[in-house]
Amino acid sequence: MSKARELFDRELMDLRDNILDLGEMTKIAIRLAIQALKEQEEGLARQVMAGDEKINAKRYDVEEQCLRLIATQQPTAGDLRAIIAAIHIVTELERMGDYASGIAELAIRLASQPHLKPLIDLPRMAEIDQEMIRASLEAYLKHDPDLAFETAKRDVEIDQLYDQTYRELLTYMLEDPRNITRATYLLWVAHKLERIADRVANICERVIFVSTGEFKELNF
Amino acid sequence: MSKLEIRDLQLYYDDFKALQGISMCIEERRVTALIGPSGCGKSTFLRCFNRMNDTIPGARVEGEVLLDGWNVYAPDLDVAELRRRVGMVFQRPNPFPQSIYDNVAFGPRVLRLARSRVLDDLVKQSLRAAALWDEVKDKLHSSAFDLSAGEQQRLCIARVLAVKPEVILMDEPCSALDPAATLQIEDLMRELREHYTIVIVTHNMQQAARVSDYTGFFWLGELVEYDETGKVFTHPAQRLTEDYITGRMG
Repeated sequence: MSKARELFDRELMDLRDNILDLGEMTKIAIRLAIQALKEQEEGLARQVMAGDEKINAKRYDVEEQCLRLIATQQPTAGDLRAIIAAIHIVTELERMGDYASGIAELAIRLASQPHLKPLIDLPRMAEIDQEMIRASLEAYLKHDPDLAFETAKRDVEIDQLYDQTYRELLTYMLEDPRNITRATYLLWVAHKLERIADRVANICERVIFVSTGEFKELNF
Repeated sequence: MSKLEIRDLQLYYDDFKALQGISMCIEERRVTALIGPSGCGKSTFLRCFNRMNDTIPGARVEGEVLLDGWNVYAPDLDVAELRRRVGMVFQRPNPFPQSIYDNVAFGPRVLRLARSRVLDDLVKQSLRAAALWDEVKDKLHSSAFDLSAGEQQRLCIARVLAVKPEVILMDEPCSALDPAATLQIEDLMRELREHYTIVIVTHNMQQAARVSDYTGFFWLGELVEYDETGKVFTHPAQRLTEDYITGRMG
């Protein structure tokens, strides 16, 4: 293998590492945002919101890295697909970071009042989201379309938990109109967690494209 | 529609088998690029289309190359007529030591295709088609060697066009040219494909991706993959093709 190819491979490895770092940053943001919500930790919530800037900056760094690789290496075939997919993946991860920041903002709004109900399903949704992010990036690293497919399928679990949360919060709202504000905020949190899983499914579609060269829509 | 059909083509240089039974169809009025590492047989294959390998001692061909269904290796074939129909442009520009005009007029004169005023028109048309007319119209009787390398190569293309070919074979036509001259030849190929069937051998993969409609990848005398260029360069079917075009081997 030529030195030029070895250098290109190192740059691709570096790109993968950066994507993993961004994935890790996003997962942490989701975890801390939910922790802030659950423990009514306003300071922690503000920390998550401030951290979103770092996620955004990292996303632009990776995009720039991709553009540089396209301009200097003129990638083809699997290399080209991996780089194009990387641009999409970091965009999805960055948007997940925005959702985490949005949850943190809602956590601040909810911090001054007692919890409407014990938070069980929302933390569970956040956990599944994080597991899905981890698995989708593992599938990207391994070029594993089967793992990508199975990961996207977990969107069904998220949708079920969302529906369950929605119904439960609706009951609280109907029970007492004074619950409406808090219940609405929690519903917004649930919606953001649900959207995160949709974005993971988008990543999984990209992984399948990298591995097979085919565009496949994953709707479960 | 296929302009050329190649059936189980094998070529030997004495005992060495350089082409291992190639079968493929070359589409009419399309650009087909042949890529692969040095020595893979792509130029040898190209030279079968107008029997340029006939001049190599020990070269022997089995199988068929059909031009519009007409076997170019038929014993009674007129090779001069074949080479009129299937013209060739080489790696290095090779103008004759004559004027620009005489270079283009050479083929039509030898083949008695045109005379005097008709010949003037033919020379003009050919130079126009080769995107060279504006640069040389005021110096048609200057030596062809006064032209730049890129201009010389376009002159060679004009020389091919002057005998009204149907297929143009290009064997690394830009390898001796600078990037600007290369892009001019590529632009020209896009224009020529409206009227001619073009087959190009190139080591420049970006060039193959830019100019061709179909790409064939050769490896050790075999055609490993042949498909639409977009597919070959984004998701090739064969691992070997992927490794070659991404620079992992070769």
